[in-house]
Amino acid sequence: MSNLHTLKDHFKENRLYLNRTVWASIIVISVFLILIVRLFFLQIYQHELYRTLSLNNQVRIVPIVPPRGLIFDRNGILLAEHKPTFNLELTPMRTSNIEETLTAIHAIIPLSESEQQTFYKQLKYKRRHESVPLRLNLTEEEVAKFIIEKHRFPGVDVIARSIRYYPLNEAVSHVIGYVAPINEKELETLDTSNYRGTYHIGKTGIEKFYETELHGKVGHQHIETDAKGRTIRVLGNTSPIPGKNLHLSLDSKLQQAAFDALGDLKGSVIAIDPHNGEVLALVSKPSFNPNLFTQGIDVKTYRSLQNSPDKPLFNRAISAQYPPGSTIKPLVALQGLDSGIITTQFKIWDPGWYQLGGKGRLYRDMIYFSKKHGHDWVDVEKAIVQSCDTFFFSLAHKLGVHRLEDIFKRFGLGKKTQIDMAGEAGGLVPSEEWKQRTRNEAWYPGDTLNIGIGQGTLLATPLQLAQMTAILASKGEYYKTHLVKAFSETGQTPIPLPINKETPVILKHNEYWDTVIQSMRKVIHEPGGTAHSLSQGIRYQMAGKTGTAQVFNLKQNEKYEVNKVKDHLRDHSWFIAFAPVNEPKIAICVLIENKHKKSAKEIARIVLDCFFEQENLRNPSPQLGVGVLQLQE
Amino acid sequence: MYYRNSNSNKSILHIDWPLLLGLIILSGLGLFILYSAKETIGPLYQQLMKLGLATLLMVGTAQIPPRFLRAVAPWLYFSALILLMCVLFIGIIAKGGQRWLDLWIVRFQPAELMKLAVPLMLARYLDDQILPPKFKTLIIPSIIIAIPVILIAKQPDLGTALLILSAGLFVLFFSGVTWKLILSFSAIVISAIPLLWPFMHEYQRQRILTLLDPDQDPLGKSYQIIQSKIAVGSGGLSGKGWLNGTQSHLEFLPERATDCIFAVFGEEFGLLGSLVLLAIYLYIIIRGLIIGVQAQNTFCRLLAGSLVMTFFVYITVNIGMVTGILPVVGIPLPLVSYGGTSLVTLMIGFGMLMSIQTHRTLLYK
Repeated sequence: MSNLHTLKDHFKENRLYLNRTVWASIIVISVFLILIVRLFFLQIYQHELYRTLSLNNQVRIVPIVPPRGLIFDRNGILLAEHKPTFNLELTPMRTSNIEETLTAIHAIIPLSESEQQTFYKQLKYKRRHESVPLRLNLTEEEVAKFIIEKHRFPGVDVIARSIRYYPLNEAVSHVIGYVAPINEKELETLDTSNYRGTYHIGKTGIEKFYETELHGKVGHQHIETDAKGRTIRVLGNTSPIPGKNLHLSLDSKLQQAAFDALGDLKGSVIAIDPHNGEVLALVSKPSFNPNLFTQGIDVKTYRSLQNSPDKPLFNRAISAQYPPGSTIKPLVALQGLDSGIITTQFKIWDPGWYQLGGKGRLYRDMIYFSKKHGHDWVDVEKAIVQSCDTFFFSLAHKLGVHRLEDIFKRFGLGKKTQIDMAGEAGGLVPSEEWKQRTRNEAWYPGDTLNIGIGQGTLLATPLQLAQMTAILASKGEYYKTHLVKAFSETGQTPIPLPINKETPVILKHNEYWDTVIQSMRKVIHEPGGTAHSLSQGIRYQMAGKTGTAQVFNLKQNEKYEVNKVKDHLRDHSWFIAFAPVNEPKIAICVLIENKHKKSAKEIARIVLDCFFEQENLRNPSPQLGVGVLQLQE
Repeated sequence: MYYRNSNSNKSILHIDWPLLLGLIILSGLGLFILYSAKETIGPLYQQLMKLGLATLLMVGTAQIPPRFLRAVAPWLYFSALILLMCVLFIGIIAKGGQRWLDLWIVRFQPAELMKLAVPLMLARYLDDQILPPKFKTLIIPSIIIAIPVILIAKQPDLGTALLILSAGLFVLFFSGVTWKLILSFSAIVISAIPLLWPFMHEYQRQRILTLLDPDQDPLGKSYQIIQSKIAVGSGGLSGKGWLNGTQSHLEFLPERATDCIFAVFGEEFGLLGSLVLLAIYLYIIIRGLIIGVQAQNTFCRLLAGSLVMTFFVYITVNIGMVTGILPVVGIPLPLVSYGGTSLVTLMIGFGMLMSIQTHRTLLYK
């Protein structure tokens, strides 16, 4: 390279460059002259033409906002609709002194501090001919009062707008979510031309997930106006494409029943149709009123919702993760049987605890704390029916962590269900590799025992457990859990969405499905079952499994006593079930945080009763499980 | 090393004050007209922040000695090339074309990087050759230009492809390619345009047809051109005054704040205002050309010349489009249009000019 440099004639290169710079300058100046001539031509020579065009022939494009899609439940009951409302709005271009106007209006219709603040904030982001809301939801009296004085305020109008309304209020708020005014952050990523004239956007739940479908496409009206902006004639229209209506699989009666059954408990209820993965009910409590948000919630109310220790805005059904407790024991049993580690005859002696290799720490069974002895001889059926920890400690140890991880993952644990809602959590199926990576610790045999009874680091959302129950109910059929069944355009028949299947759970020995499912049936229908109390007066056959999620770990010999433990440290109560056993129509998962007197299984019974009551109304000639059982009684 | 390593400029910060002055006046004017186009104060803050960031990057670049730029040129070029390929294969689709690479934190446009990488790479390559280059020497530079231009034109981002092409060609122009070659190349390109017609996208053909006959479809495809011409033309000699442009305020002048901002300018400030704007641009271009002439080695000279002339192409294509003498191509009016991506690239380019000017050495061996 340096040789080349010495060969270069620097003086010549320099002169060459200077020459080219002169040429470049000539190009620049001549092109600029062309531009100036062009500008002269447009702005001086043809000025009159364009001035006339701009004065007489102004074409305004006014957006026509597409109507937002409605949301229906599976029976056509409206879950989200529109309601007319009157707003007081001010147009800056037609108002000479905004502050004076506000004071004058204040005398007629009192404006709160926060309303004024919101107004000034929005004023900054509106164009001068766009109106800015002063007061939302005027009462009829206020409208009347203002109309009388209207002549004093040329730039202020009462404007009728339609707002989103959720008739079921709190019962569906965690599913549907809500719409609220578009904020600055959303404005940055939004397709602003499609949202011209739209003020609201879906913030959570279905409203957010299906924002594109619900919103539709904006239309335009080309209006010819005079110099003052008055309409001369309408030149043309591009019609908006209305948002699509959504048809949910949700059954609002079942939803309401589950919501009422939970009462003021904290928790969640999810019901799924195991035939297709449709969500029939999805409740999270405490809840909130979505109608508070639609016109912009005031800061104080929002803060109080956000800071409440009960977290009403938190969707427990899909976002909260808990240890699944004994609800996963059927899975462990299935894996034990199918991989040939145990048979249906296999028994262990349960003294009330389990010891690894016969020494060291005692892993106690729950029953030991109350009865001071174990379950005696236990086989796999009895282990499920009575939820015997000792049996599953022993089985988990025999299976090892890899086989446990395998069965949990095949039932959809540890990954998001991909339900059509925003904000889902994925749970956690721990593994040796995971523990090494996140905690830099080796996997201990004790860890395997813990996840074998659903405790320790194993985590699942209520939705995941509901999905797991549906897979169990359908003997391995695995459908993608979803809420929206179909889209429709107004006045047309809904077009159903395809149902997505995931990899089914396939056993080497199909008969073990029945072993486990029958054991789960006996949990309810046989004395000694952990949910036998539910069998009272039951008119259908159900299979289920109870569970407890430990909130904090007991010391080795410490006894868990409900009354001594603080409210928020109390165990969570689980119940999963499906019914009827022979031809399952519904799978359900109930979670109650910080167990109280009413536990998860009782709520599940109430919801299932409601489901079959409706089922009987719809289909009054029972042929299946329901009828058979009536005879048995 | 051929030059003594001491700076002629004794100040600590390497800044070319005459150039900075021009840029400040220009972007100040830009903010004024942006307020009129947007009519709200919010976007103004955002633009101000982007300007601040871009200025910081410019000053930062100005501190880097040109020999370092020369050293990293190939690295920059090839990493930009790899990123471009990534965009082609896994890029996410934004604004109808595959241009963005989602890097989670920022959405990043590799094509922007190319605007700087191509002239850097070419200047370095030609610096190692004997100038003026022979026909054979031009084979590699043609490849260096052609690959990114074709990739970007495919995205399809014609505006950026055009800018990169001109950045490359201007390096060759300043390196002293003979007029014979330049003229025969131009002749080939002009005669090839009709051959390209079948390969163009439908919308690109429409834009050219629109230019030839703007009145054929006044509410459809020609709408943007007609509206912007009315805006500029109705401005007259002295304009309708700031914030008083009816065309831009009552109407839906498309891309009012971005590519068509000159229409707002022409409407509100008229011919006189437009002349002032062109004068500021001319001042910056002349300052850039002077920096090129004063530069002390071939690499710096070629780089400076190319950067300045690319800036000139921006202005010409944008104003030409808005006034209806060039087809609609998405190129912003530099430092005036709303938006940050091309702003950052332009300012880094100016940073390089400042670096060339302020890192000159006293003695010449």
